[in-house]
Amino acid sequence: MNPQSCVNIQKEWDIVGARQLGRDIARKIGFGTVDQARIATAISELARNIYLYAETGQICFEVIDNMDHKGISMVAIDNGPGIDDVSKVMEDGYSTSGGLGAGLPGVKRLMDDFDLQSEAGKGTRIKAVKWVR
Amino acid sequence: MRIPILKLHNYLLISIQTEIDDNTAIQFQEDLLSKIHQSGATGVVIDLTSVDIIDSFIAKVLGDVVTMSDLMGAKVVLTGIQPAVAMTLIDLGIHLKNVPTALDLEQGLIKLYQELGE
Repeated sequence: MNPQSCVNIQKEWDIVGARQLGRDIARKIGFGTVDQARIATAISELARNIYLYAETGQICFEVIDNMDHKGISMVAIDNGPGIDDVSKVMEDGYSTSGGLGAGLPGVKRLMDDFDLQSEAGKGTRIKAVKWVR
Repeated sequence: MRIPILKLHNYLLISIQTEIDDNTAIQFQEDLLSKIHQSGATGVVIDLTSVDIIDSFIAKVLGDVVTMSDLMGAKVVLTGIQPAVAMTLIDLGIHLKNVPTALDLEQGLIKLYQELGE
């Protein structure tokens, strides 16, 4: 059984709500302080991207509990404008919003698995997983 | 939500104790700059001991406020960055290279005292 919980991202404060929920889940699964911070930060980046570029969307968390593998999976989905050039947004320092351009390449480094699917005009789906070490 | 800014002689002291959202961060930036202007403070310590998350946005706001204060003639030191936060910032690729830091509030004040000599 994989309990799943989702947070809608509609307003700025939802970014905080999403990372608090994700952090709580991470703590319960048994992640240490540093990984909790990594997970919460990754959620914050994903949620802010939704808020900034797509305006609304959703982040869903799932606890993965296999035989010897435990982890947290997060999926960020929006129906926003999509990403024109996926390889470009994965470059450090690239930003169209005046930010640091650290978001997505940062999330990839913070998490263990990272998958980005995006279609211009349709939306973006990002899945990231962190495993308990 | 407003982050309180305390004045101590020529210094301003800020301890961030709450979860910072984007608006609070921007508001704090404005508040600190007007407080520097108003008080004529020459040094500022922003203590981050209770902050357990700094994402790229908050990092940008903090880095910017250091540069902005510098333009106005006040020196800012960030103190108390937690180990987990330091590790996460480097993972994000954020090095805050030109930002003065110190281990804790006490060390931050010593640093300001040494540099400003007051």
